[in-house]
Amino acid sequence: MRILLTLLVKEFKQIFRNRLMLPIIFVVPVVQMILLTYAASLEMKGISMAVVDQDFSQASRLLVSRFEGSPFFEISLTTSNYQEAVRELTRDRVDVILHMPREFEKRLYSEQETDLQLVVNAINSTEAGLINSYCTQIVNDFNGQIRAEWFGLDGAGRITNLEIIPRYWYNSLLDYKIYMFSGILVIIVTLIGMLLTALNLVREKEMGTTEQINVTPLRKYQFIIAKLIPFMVIALFELAFGLVIGRLLFGLPMVGSIGLLFLFTCIYLLVVLGIGLFLSTISNTQQQLMFVAFFFMITFILMSGVFTPAESMPRWAQKINLINPVAYFMKVIRMILLKGSEFRDISREFYSLGIYAMVILTLAITNYRKTT
Amino acid sequence: MSRFFGFVKKEFQHIFRDVRTLVILFGLPIVMIILFGFVVTTEIKDVEVGIWDRSMDQASIKATQKIFSSGYFVPAGYLQNEEEIGELFRGGRARVVVVFEEGFERGLQRENRAAIQLITDASDANTAQLSLTYLQGVLMTYFRSMNMEMEIPWSVDMKSRMFYNEEMKGVYMFVPGLMALILMLISALMTSVTITREKEFGTMELLLASPLKPREIILGKVTPYVLLSFVNALTIIVLGFLVFGVPVLGSIWLLMLECMLYITLALSLGVLISTSMKTQQMAMFIGMLGLMLPTILLSGFIFPIDNMPRVLQWFSAIMPARWFIVVVKNIMLKGTGFAFIWKETLIMLGMTLFFILASVKRFKIRLN
Repeated sequence: MRILLTLLVKEFKQIFRNRLMLPIIFVVPVVQMILLTYAASLEMKGISMAVVDQDFSQASRLLVSRFEGSPFFEISLTTSNYQEAVRELTRDRVDVILHMPREFEKRLYSEQETDLQLVVNAINSTEAGLINSYCTQIVNDFNGQIRAEWFGLDGAGRITNLEIIPRYWYNSLLDYKIYMFSGILVIIVTLIGMLLTALNLVREKEMGTTEQINVTPLRKYQFIIAKLIPFMVIALFELAFGLVIGRLLFGLPMVGSIGLLFLFTCIYLLVVLGIGLFLSTISNTQQQLMFVAFFFMITFILMSGVFTPAESMPRWAQKINLINPVAYFMKVIRMILLKGSEFRDISREFYSLGIYAMVILTLAITNYRKTT
Repeated sequence: MSRFFGFVKKEFQHIFRDVRTLVILFGLPIVMIILFGFVVTTEIKDVEVGIWDRSMDQASIKATQKIFSSGYFVPAGYLQNEEEIGELFRGGRARVVVVFEEGFERGLQRENRAAIQLITDASDANTAQLSLTYLQGVLMTYFRSMNMEMEIPWSVDMKSRMFYNEEMKGVYMFVPGLMALILMLISALMTSVTITREKEFGTMELLLASPLKPREIILGKVTPYVLLSFVNALTIIVLGFLVFGVPVLGSIWLLMLECMLYITLALSLGVLISTSMKTQQMAMFIGMLGLMLPTILLSGFIFPIDNMPRVLQWFSAIMPARWFIVVVKNIMLKGTGFAFIWKETLIMLGMTLFFILASVKRFKIRLN
C-alpha cells in the first residue's frame, strides 16, 4: 500500500510538471465545449432565396410576400432572369430558387392549377430536405388562403378535422445545445482518459524508462494501478468541471442523480483506460499509438450516435456498437442528465460495461510484459 | 541531388517499416467513407414508437397499423396509463408515444373532429422534430385518403428540383469534407509529429550536422507524405464514385491540382507546427485539438457554416479546409470551372505562402 501511494505521488508530480498538462485539462476542454456546442448546430435559419418572378401578377406577389413573412427565409435576389438566379445558386450565394413562370396567375384561373418551380441546392441533403418541407408548408398555406379568399371555398368546413397535438417532453423549447453539449462532454472525457493514459505509457516505453521500472521490485499490478488512477481522477474531474460549465453557460439540466452519473462514469473509465492500456501494449512509438488511437476514437465517436440517432443506423452498425463503449456512455449520460433515468433504466448498460471492463483490463494486463 | 534522393528513400523506409501505421493510413479513408455513407445519416429509420390507445376502436387500430407499415417506425409496446410513458422514455425504449383519445372513431364520424397526441422525448430535439414531422405526414395522408376522395381545385402545384444531388444522398456532402479531413490529418499531423520526433530524440542534430541543407531535410521529410496523401485523395474519389456514385463532373486535372495545393498548404502548416513544438506529445495535442476538431466542425464538413454564430463564422474563415471543401464541391458536384473557384484558390495560395515564410523564419539551424 505504501509503495502504491509513493508511486501515485510520483505519477501526479510527473503529470503536473508537464507544463502542457494544465492547459490540456482546463483550457482546451472549455474552448471545445463552447465552440463545438455552438458550431454543431443543426438548426436552420436565414435560408437565402432567389425569387424569379416572370409573371408579375397579384398571385405571384402574394406568394412572395408569404415567403418574406417567414422567419426561415431571406430573399436576397429578385429577378426575372432564371439564368441569373441559377448562377447565384452555383456560386452558393443563394440556397434555393423560387421560380414563377409566365402565366402563373392566368393558369390558376383558367386551369385551376398552376405550376411553381423550386430549385434547391441539394449537396447537403439534410438541409435541402428541410428547405423543401418549409417551402411545401408555405405553399400549402398559400393554397388554403387563395381557396378561401379568392374562390370562397372554405377548406376546413367540409373536411374532417383531425387535430394532431405535439408534445415535447424534457425539452419543450427544443434546445439542441443541451443535447450536443452532453455529447461533447462524453468525447472530452473519453479523449482525456484514453489518449493521456496510452500516451503516457508509450512515452515511457519509447524513452526507455519503462525498463528502469521493470528492473525494480515493483509488481506489475502496482505499476499499472499507479498509472491508471491519476488519469481516472483527471477524467472524473473533467466531467465535474464540464457539468459546471454546462450548467452555467447552457443551462444544462441535471434531472437525474449526479451520483449515479459518476458511478457509471467510473465503470466507463475503467473500460476506456483499459483500452488505452491495451493500445499502449501493442504500440512501440507515440506516433504509432496516436494513429491507432485516432482511428478507434473517430470510429467509436461517429458510431456512438453523437450527432445522429444510433437506432436509425443499419443493423451491422448496431452490432458493432455492442463493443463500442462510447455508445453506452453517450446514451446513458443523456438519459440521466436530460431525462432523469434511474439505475434500473440503465442497468443493462451498467452491467454490460462492467463485464467489458473486466475483459479489457484482463486482456491489457496479460498483454503487458515486464520483460521486453 | 542523389544525396537528397537517398534521404527521401530513407524516409520512405521509415514509413513502410511500420506496417501498422501504414494499414491505418490507407484503411482510414475506406472506413470513414463507409461510416459516413452508411452510418452517419440524419435519415429517420426504425424509430421506436409506443402506442397508448385509449379508445381501441377500428379507426385507432387502423391508424396504428398505418404508422407501423410506413417503414419508419417500429413498435415499442402498448401502454395502459400515463406513468408508463415516462418509464418508456427514461428507459430509452421509445422516442415517441402516440395517444389516441377516448372515443376516437366516434369523434371522427359524428363530430367531425378527433385528436391525437404525439408525445416525444425531445431530449434529442432534432430527431424528435423529424420523427414528429414524419408521423404527422403518415397520419395526415391516411386520414385524408379516408375522408375525401375529391380533388382539390385551385391550387399551386409545387415541383421541386434538387440541383447537384437529385437523389438527395447524404454522402455527397461528406466526400469533399472527408478529403479535406484526411489530407489534413496525414499531411499536417504526420509531418509535424515526425519532425518533432527527430528533435525530441536528438537525431535532428545529426541531420543538421550532415552535409544536407536544412531545406533538403524538410523537403525530404515531407515528400513521402505528399505521395501518401495523394493516394488517399484518389482512394476517396474512386470509392465515392464506385460505392456511392458520387461523380466528378468538372475537370479531374483541376481537381488534382487543387488537391496538390491543399496538400502543400497542410504540409507547410505541419512544418510550422513542428518548428515551435518540443515534444511529440505537444505536437500531437496541438494537432488533434487545434487542427482535427476545428477541421471537422468549423469547415462546413458536417454543420453548415451559415447556421453558426457570427464569431464562429469568422473562425471558420481561417480554416484551410473550409476553402478546400468549397473548391471540391464546385469541381466534383457542380462541375464548375476555375472561374468559380479562383477566390478560394487564391486564399489557399496565400495561406500556403504565409505558412512557408513563417516556418522558414522560425526554423532554427542550431539547437540549444
